[in-house]
Amino acid sequence: MRDVAVISTGITKFGELWDTPLRDLFAEATLACIKDAGIEKKQIQSAYIGCMTSGLFVGQEHLASILCDYAGLNPIAATRVESACASGGAAFRAAYLEVASGASDFVLAGGVEKMNDGADATYCLATAADQEYEVYHGVTFPGLYAMIAHAHMHKYGTTPEQMAAVAVKNHKNGAKNPHGQFPMEITVETVLKAVRVAEPLGLFDCSPVTDGAAVALLCPVEVAKELGKPIVKIIGSGHATDCIALHDRADLAAIPVVGKAARRAYDQAGVGPKDIDFCEVHDCFTIAEILCTEELGFFERGHGGPAVADGRTALDGEKPINTSGGLKSKGHPVGATGIAQIHELYAQLSGNAGPRQLKSPRLGMAQNMGGSGGSSTVHILEVVS
Amino acid sequence: MISPRYYREIPQRYRLKAAKCQGCGKIHFPPRKVCQECGGEEFETVNLPQRGKVLTHTTIWIPPAQFEEQKPYVVAIVELENGVRLTCMVAEAPPDKVEIGTEVELIFRRIQSGSAWEVLQYGYKAQVVAG
Repeated sequence: MRDVAVISTGITKFGELWDTPLRDLFAEATLACIKDAGIEKKQIQSAYIGCMTSGLFVGQEHLASILCDYAGLNPIAATRVESACASGGAAFRAAYLEVASGASDFVLAGGVEKMNDGADATYCLATAADQEYEVYHGVTFPGLYAMIAHAHMHKYGTTPEQMAAVAVKNHKNGAKNPHGQFPMEITVETVLKAVRVAEPLGLFDCSPVTDGAAVALLCPVEVAKELGKPIVKIIGSGHATDCIALHDRADLAAIPVVGKAARRAYDQAGVGPKDIDFCEVHDCFTIAEILCTEELGFFERGHGGPAVADGRTALDGEKPINTSGGLKSKGHPVGATGIAQIHELYAQLSGNAGPRQLKSPRLGMAQNMGGSGGSSTVHILEVVS
Repeated sequence: MISPRYYREIPQRYRLKAAKCQGCGKIHFPPRKVCQECGGEEFETVNLPQRGKVLTHTTIWIPPAQFEEQKPYVVAIVELENGVRLTCMVAEAPPDKVEIGTEVELIFRRIQSGSAWEVLQYGYKAQVVAG
């Protein structure tokens, strides 16, 4: 396997983009990415594009072809990758493996979702759960994480205030991110008093419904050196699956697929949780961030809630989590999220994260998750000086 | 939902038919072709017990369109007496009557009405056991 680098990323504004169709979202992020890379479009050999459910959201399948056509990339090899909300992370891994294998030199990893076009988003998102044995019985996606939250509260004493601290912290970071959907600060009181969605989760415990796209360009490290780009190398790539029905998992206060994917990434990279300088985690709901920081090994089980409430995961904390604002503030166009996380890693590691820039981070991690924990990817990136 | 998709699941939704692995004895609901535990591929059909307890729960305030008329409603993960777990609504339960550990039994109820041209959809819900 060859060493692989990310040499550029592109991202659209995230939000309710009523004037922008699905195809233009991807084209906009792709053109920004290619311009930043300083290569020609024709040098790109293939693309993997994460998208959860364009068929339900806008009635469009055969997605990779139409997106690449409108981005001016035909006739490259292009494949859509689906793993619910982990589609972007899975697309990134596919692109990484294609470059690492030696099959191609320049490969795009993209992600896109157009969620605001009239479809019932609650219904569309619930298709990531077991249709016949969860959704049939009235479960929603917030409902699944609400049941995880109740289990975690019961087992470890996690509180609504600790969950609210996740939203407050992510909005504080997100207020410094010009691409985000809701770049404003909020208070714990706002979160606790918000309209209920699925008890114990209110509206401000949930990531929003978002349109957006993000793209990353990968090539061998040796080629990246010739281009004179900052070398941000992929040193670990983990991917794991689990049963998608929450009731089939032994511990309802855990999301073991995250730990399994992380173990593979840590092993490949030869590093551990203490070595990671910052991490983008999949905070689709506030409780998800708490569990993910435990599964990734940053905190003991049951300590994720106190850790965020005590500021340990803040921008100036010992382990900054979701410096971008996370899914909560930046927005969560489901298929794009995994690549948007890579965009944040690349920005931080190359020193271009603006007002939210961390002090000389060396190792960044991105953890992307599908459904209530039926799939997860974990990537570790290192800046090589 | 069209009728073939509906009737396929009737043995599970109406009669709680599960599959017991001949190799290791693990009971699967719904039935599977491959045992999660031992990888076995031979099963016998068994009935699930109807009594169990709530492992976790939520109250849904914002449902998808087909459940709009029932909101707010309680959904729980129930562990039955033989250890099998399933997800279902808790029928006619005020949210504060359902907690982790609450004893329930499965009963037969209408689940969704669906649109005018669809079949009525039935199945199991849990009911709090009067204590």
